[in-house]
Amino acid sequence: MTRSDSADARRIAPVEQRVDAIQAALEERGLKPGEFIVQANHLVEERWIPENGARIVARAWTDRAFRERLLADGRPAVLELGYDMPRHHRHLVVLENTATVHNVICCTLCSCTAFTIVGLPPDWYKDLEYRARVVRESRTVLKEMGLELPPETEVRVWDTTADTRYMVLPLQPAETVGWSEAQLAQLVTQDGLIGVARL
Amino acid sequence: MDGIHDLGGKQGFGRVRHSPAAPAFHEPWEKRVNALYSLAVRLGIFNMDEYRHAIERMEPRHYLSASYYERSLTSLATLCVEKGIVSRDELERRAEGAFPLALASAPGRSNAPARERFARGDRVRVTSEHVPGHVRMPAYIRGKAGVVLSESPPYPFPDAAAHGVASVDEPTYDVRFSSADLWPSAADAAFVHVAVFQSYLERLR
Repeated sequence: MTRSDSADARRIAPVEQRVDAIQAALEERGLKPGEFIVQANHLVEERWIPENGARIVARAWTDRAFRERLLADGRPAVLELGYDMPRHHRHLVVLENTATVHNVICCTLCSCTAFTIVGLPPDWYKDLEYRARVVRESRTVLKEMGLELPPETEVRVWDTTADTRYMVLPLQPAETVGWSEAQLAQLVTQDGLIGVARL
Repeated sequence: MDGIHDLGGKQGFGRVRHSPAAPAFHEPWEKRVNALYSLAVRLGIFNMDEYRHAIERMEPRHYLSASYYERSLTSLATLCVEKGIVSRDELERRAEGAFPLALASAPGRSNAPARERFARGDRVRVTSEHVPGHVRMPAYIRGKAGVVLSESPPYPFPDAAAHGVASVDEPTYDVRFSSADLWPSAADAAFVHVAVFQSYLERLR
């Protein structure tokens, strides 16, 4: 029996013990994983949150010139509001929903998202069901998720297969015209930025 | 590779387990995994293409049954072993049990030798290739025709970058496909937009 055969025959270590093992190995090699975890947790909990996208949307709804810059080239436009993207996300494409066009984003191959802008992807976005189905059964999946679109609405599904990243610019609800930017930002959800909900 | 990860258009899956304002993490260890793989990328132990490919190389039963962050952990550990940072024996000794890793990689490849520049409105076809290593062409667009809408900035070519093969950066094209062309008579009406690397495209005349 080879070493890997005997390893496979053994009980698989619980996942948390496997995480401890790799963390301890990196620690022993002086790579300081503990310090990095603290920094990274701050980023995922406080900085890379859907409120960023919400603020960008609220600005686009209230500032026509910003909206045009955002739709023309997303990355420099969000930088104006202080939102950075990782260096490898070289392009942010902002997808404008209208009365007759609905955009929805996904990543069929893994879980790619503009996570610094729309927040880290929620659990269901990374699940097998959403990845398998939304490109092929977009209207059915959206309906199951509570968004029924009329047949005349054009659906555009965006599969994030490269480092170009996407954010949906939702349609502003008519009754909110004239609201302040801060009030409008409160309306915008992560589901709206992904495109599985309208606001 | 035509791997189990390439899920777009696969049938038989049930409803999306959706809840409003759903969390990204469920357990504290998931955040640690997320941080540890980012640290390894930052330290240059591996790049994002290698990371994605090591997830794709997981044994299919393991891939399908593992949670998202267990897949992330498996990729991190596999690459640390393959890069000589740590041995599998050490990981299994520390974990006090078996530590399943991804399977070995097939060879990568460089950019296509002849690549064309496309413009908005050009009709293109995705090449009909079966690539043994990493590739960012979902199988559902293989051989399919679409229309170019825009060009991205150049990116590292994933088929090469995941394997340490030399290559030049190349753009992707936003190609619009009709769901009726991708799955004739068997899809909801929609346009499907895919960012397709230049090497995967040929002009449709």
